[in-house]
Amino acid sequence: MAEEAGMFVVHQTVGSVLCCKCGIPMAPNAANMCVKCLRSEIDITEGLQKNVTIVHCPECDTYLQPPKTWIKAQLESKELLTFCVKRLKNLNRVRLIHAEFIWTEPHSKRIKVKLRVQKEVLNGAILEQAYIVEYVQQEHMCESCSRVQANPDQWVASVQLRQHVSHRRTFFYLEQLILRHDAAGRAIKIKQMDQGIDFFFANRSHGVKFVEFIGKVTPIRSRHDKQLVSHDTKSNNYNYKYTFSVEICPICREDLICLPPKVAVNLGNLGPLVICTKVSNSIALLDPFTLRHCFMDADQYWRSSFKALLSSRQLVEYIVLDVEIVSSEVNVGGSKYALADAQVARVSDFGKNDTIFNIRTHLGHLLNPGDHALGYDLYAANSNDMELEKYRGFVLPEAILIKKSYEEKRQRKRGKPRSWKLKSLNMEVDDSKGRADQEKMNTEYEVFLRDLEENPELRFNISLYRNKEYQPSEMASMTDGEDLPSVPLEELLADLDLSEEEDGDDSMRE
Amino acid sequence: MATRLQFENSCEVGVFSKLTNAYCLVAIGGSESFYSVFESELADVIPVVKTSIGGTRIIGRLCAGNKKGLLLPHTTTDQELQHLRNSLPDQVVVQRIEEKLSALGNCIACNDHVALAHTDLDRETEEMVADVLGVEVFRQTIAGNILVGSYCTFSNRGGLVHPHTSIEDLDELSTLLQVPLVAGTVNRGSEVIAAGMTVNDWTAFCGSDTTATELSVIESVFKLREAQPSAIVDEMRKSLIDSYV
Repeated sequence: MAEEAGMFVVHQTVGSVLCCKCGIPMAPNAANMCVKCLRSEIDITEGLQKNVTIVHCPECDTYLQPPKTWIKAQLESKELLTFCVKRLKNLNRVRLIHAEFIWTEPHSKRIKVKLRVQKEVLNGAILEQAYIVEYVQQEHMCESCSRVQANPDQWVASVQLRQHVSHRRTFFYLEQLILRHDAAGRAIKIKQMDQGIDFFFANRSHGVKFVEFIGKVTPIRSRHDKQLVSHDTKSNNYNYKYTFSVEICPICREDLICLPPKVAVNLGNLGPLVICTKVSNSIALLDPFTLRHCFMDADQYWRSSFKALLSSRQLVEYIVLDVEIVSSEVNVGGSKYALADAQVARVSDFGKNDTIFNIRTHLGHLLNPGDHALGYDLYAANSNDMELEKYRGFVLPEAILIKKSYEEKRQRKRGKPRSWKLKSLNMEVDDSKGRADQEKMNTEYEVFLRDLEENPELRFNISLYRNKEYQPSEMASMTDGEDLPSVPLEELLADLDLSEEEDGDDSMRE
Repeated sequence: MATRLQFENSCEVGVFSKLTNAYCLVAIGGSESFYSVFESELADVIPVVKTSIGGTRIIGRLCAGNKKGLLLPHTTTDQELQHLRNSLPDQVVVQRIEEKLSALGNCIACNDHVALAHTDLDRETEEMVADVLGVEVFRQTIAGNILVGSYCTFSNRGGLVHPHTSIEDLDELSTLLQVPLVAGTVNRGSEVIAAGMTVNDWTAFCGSDTTATELSVIESVFKLREAQPSAIVDEMRKSLIDSYV
């Protein structure tokens, strides 16, 4: 300042003094001792921890931050360094300047950190010193890991989802719904069972939530039970295992149903022969001869449950010979139908005999002469349905067409991959059943995929992902694009492909 | 020779004693050991007087003196003044002065010929110092410290100053004082030189923390090795500085 003001300032040369301990000349400092002597005199790292034991969980690679937090940290990571430095006691007595890892063998269970600290010593001299702290890694499983290790079967609530039908179509669809809504995200284990799936949860409330979700998408009947596992009367703790038994109504889409007289009357003399057109949380029934339709919710259904007369596995392929529209197209419950009189013949009869059926169908808008259609062959069916017998004098139609068949056109496409794929739940499969069962499931899955392609209404609620392996050949798109229903590209979702979820990718099925 | 000693577990012996070529003042301690060290060194040469100043023991910091006189602060009681007049040799002038900076030992550093004074000292006090002690008075600072009496000590043969004193300052001071000066420490690096030691022309007393290195610096700069009370001669003083060992 004096110099800035233009004042004369005597130049000051810093002299040297002798170190008070060893006597070597040095620049005077606050302690008037050379650095070496100061070091030998005072150890600022005295009282600081040089050996620390840290608790490490070998299973999930986390470190215990007392009292209860487990911190996930990689070796030599910033997080681990922070954790290590935080574990040191008395570090507030000095000023931490720098910290770094010294490389140690990863298996050595030792972490070495080099710390550089500063402290004021001896009337204002600041001494800096580096020292190494060795952390001994003590292996100790964290609570959650040890619980898993001790008893992998740690579920508290299990949801047993069942549908007593001969196919798994419903579960394929449910699987997609569950995936889409991530309803089973909390499930510990999912196990594929005969006629159903078991879901296991760590918490009762997760199970309840899941059951509620299922109740919103399908008509179900559920009951729950609990089993006492252990109890502690002193603290009034009771451990239960809860089981939710959920039964999905056995009526599926495309089933032919003969309504019991009581139900038919309740629904305004519907039917009695009806087709189930849709199953959501209620069942949509359609009378194919009058195009009257009706919804039954789960309550109504379970009050007087009934079974299907014929189900989709018994569909028979017909050839449409002639169609005569009776009424104009009508919109029934969101989908279009047109009543028509049709002449059909079974494909199996073709070329063998001249059996032709004159039937009435609700698919008049879809069918053209020459088309193939799938329907129930009541003419040949040997039904022993109790309900049907209650209707005296009821004349069964010879055939009831359910849907148009694209089987012929599909032949050409066989073996080619689809342009889309579905995710699948990570389910445990019981392999003991054998290959026949597996094959049956695969064919059912294929049918399910076709259904998805043919029925936009089905796709409405589920997520389809783009199949990266699929490369559309130009020839194919030129020739067979016309009639065959397929999923438009814009409906597909790009699969979010995080590196973490590589195994998720594997679980995908085409 | 330089002696290391302690006053009641304190190494600041310059605080509790005042040594000149004609007399030695020692604080009244709990034990006789401090006094007896001075007694054994000096008894047959100069009087060693036990006293207090203003009822305190920090006599070395409160008074300033050389072989010709002794200046006492205004806090000194009449009894103490009388006791000192009675105990000291007749040729030593004992004078109490009215100076608001009553720690005269911290404000004035002197030998038998020159004195350095605190820059804020009264002009009257300065005259009194010149008259009583028979010295030339210079107002000075030492390494930026105005308490010249605390941060330096010098005899007729040499002097020790604050370790941060620059070479230019050292040059100037030794020219003023006409004795060789050295920057150094006492009591293991303490820079309060005058508090840690007291010195005259042939002997020095240092705090017991003083290291061998410091002691050797002190002995060499104050020329204590060849010095004996009988062999005090006024030799030609050179402005020689910076000679360790």
